[in-house]
Amino acid sequence: MTNKNGRFGIYGGQYIPETLMNAVIELEKAYNFYKNDENFNKELNHLFNEYAGRPSRLYFAEKMTNDLGGAKIYLKREDLNHTGAHKINNVLGQSLLAKKMGKTRLIAETGAGQHGVATATAAALMGMECVVFMGKEDTIRQALNVYRMKLLGAKVIPVTSGTATLKDAVSEAMREWTNRIDDTHYCLGSVMGPHPFPTMVRDFQAVISKEIKEQMLEKEGRLPDAVIACVGGGSNAIGSFYHFIDDKTVKLIGCEAAGKGIDTFETAATINTGTLGIFHGMKSYFCQDEYGQIAPVYSISAGLDYPGIGPEHAYLHDISRAEYVAVTDEEAVCAFEYLARIEGIIPAIESAHAVAHAIKIAPEIDKNQIIVITISGRGDKDCAAIARYRGEYINE
Amino acid sequence: MSNIKSAFENGKAFIAFITCGDPDLATTKKAIKEAVENGADLIELGIPFSDPKAEGVVIQAANIRALENGITTDKIFDFVREIREEIKIPLVFMTYANVIFSYGAEKFISLCKEVDIDGIILPDLPFEEKDEFEPICKQYGVDLISLIAPTSKDRISKIAKNASGFLYIVSSLGVTGTRTEIKTDLKSIMKVVRENTDIPCAIGFGISTPEQAKKMSNIADGVIVGSAIVKLLEKHGKDAPSYIGQYVKSMKNSIR
Repeated sequence: MTNKNGRFGIYGGQYIPETLMNAVIELEKAYNFYKNDENFNKELNHLFNEYAGRPSRLYFAEKMTNDLGGAKIYLKREDLNHTGAHKINNVLGQSLLAKKMGKTRLIAETGAGQHGVATATAAALMGMECVVFMGKEDTIRQALNVYRMKLLGAKVIPVTSGTATLKDAVSEAMREWTNRIDDTHYCLGSVMGPHPFPTMVRDFQAVISKEIKEQMLEKEGRLPDAVIACVGGGSNAIGSFYHFIDDKTVKLIGCEAAGKGIDTFETAATINTGTLGIFHGMKSYFCQDEYGQIAPVYSISAGLDYPGIGPEHAYLHDISRAEYVAVTDEEAVCAFEYLARIEGIIPAIESAHAVAHAIKIAPEIDKNQIIVITISGRGDKDCAAIARYRGEYINE
Repeated sequence: MSNIKSAFENGKAFIAFITCGDPDLATTKKAIKEAVENGADLIELGIPFSDPKAEGVVIQAANIRALENGITTDKIFDFVREIREEIKIPLVFMTYANVIFSYGAEKFISLCKEVDIDGIILPDLPFEEKDEFEPICKQYGVDLISLIAPTSKDRISKIAKNASGFLYIVSSLGVTGTRTEIKTDLKSIMKVVRENTDIPCAIGFGISTPEQAKKMSNIADGVIVGSAIVKLLEKHGKDAPSYIGQYVKSMKNSIR
């Protein structure tokens, strides 16, 4: 899907300071070599299976299916991975690559803290130094994850610039990378940023759709009719979509965070409300004003609270291969509670956005059709915030 | 062809960076006049961006101050039109790719020509992405300034060969901001640059004292100072222009 300049149609590119150019060129060369290297893939698969607990289950949600009375629903259980989310797939790939490149230090940005925890975990495993940049706001909202990262040996730097959230953590991590390149790999957490990150992160996450396909063929003897995943930067979604892109009968649906609604300013739904722009190293869609100033976005989900979207999603949207819908805070919270009660599975509030859309469409779909929802992470981290949303205050 | 060359005809060039609208355009105008009267040879006008990736804390804060006070790209074009009645030295914009892209590249660059902006510096537009704006810049005779970094290595020659206006030599790793020491082997970088181009070269990032300026001007054709000037605006606000004048004078004197 990527052309040689790292473009998906007109999207993507390498809009970064000259200081970083040789670093991303070196990374691209190393990645192109190791992605076809038998030993590298063997090591990575070993980590995936033995350490992260892959393959993750494709679970038939029978009660949910019966309750909604329409399409047959399967859940891809990325929440069962080590560290509790799909983020570990990418991080194991990148940290192993960084190690092969002779890097001894990983830096990363994090929103909700899941990618930060995953990076700190991989750094501990590989014996590497780790520094995580996290918006000051988010360090307060996600104090537990800050503690987990510290426990894993990482240093957490609260970012106070800009809006002190995920986008600022990305900017700060990029600034730090320009400051120290020789021994440092920037372990970017989503399918965004300059080439080769959108392609490389997608490839590491593509294990999700590879497994869905195999598991679905085994269980049902056919492909699903739709795959639904939440989208912030878009890594679990592209991972869930990738091996189905050429299977035109499979509908691909990305669920963006509408926050308080796409007709309000308190939203993070990039495809639904954003415009074309250049930011964080890539050309894509962004929430911004008429002068190109990046908008302060909002979602109840810290992991989807990002003003941009990965370039491959922008492309899939343009060619109408994937559909991007907006899901509000309220709908996501209801879905969070619904899945907990009906299936005994507490999804991450990010993943609950995908569950919410499935709840909307499943009753209208014929019973012999199959939809897969990717549960990108588990929801323990969100319990305090959801309680708060419902007016209940609990101590973590 | 722009007028940038003329900035390097008065001995070593002193290039001053000022963020437009920090804290307001009236102060920016006074600051520019003070800088020019005291020896600045070229002014870099910063168009604020919400997320300036290449800037350290000082210029980040200036961007926020200016945006909070309601500065926009349109207001800056009107402002340049106004100051051009008095300011005759070369002026370049320093901003980020999205500011131009979202405004409309052709509209933005044609307006640069119209208000007599000589060049544009975009720290997030490396050699590989120049095609985004360069053809339009060439069409309107506005120089798209290239940057060379301490990590550029094998890239120096191709960047230098294709450079226009002047070459911006980034002195250090990291972001903008004053530094006590500049450790990069700039002489070796300049040697490769000189083998590939005749256009003037100015060193920026981290320079704040007359001693540093003197040292850097021995290596290149000029020095660029941003954060040290913006710090004066941060400290003195609307009273900053006279301090900026004194500061520019001491810096220009050190490199004459």
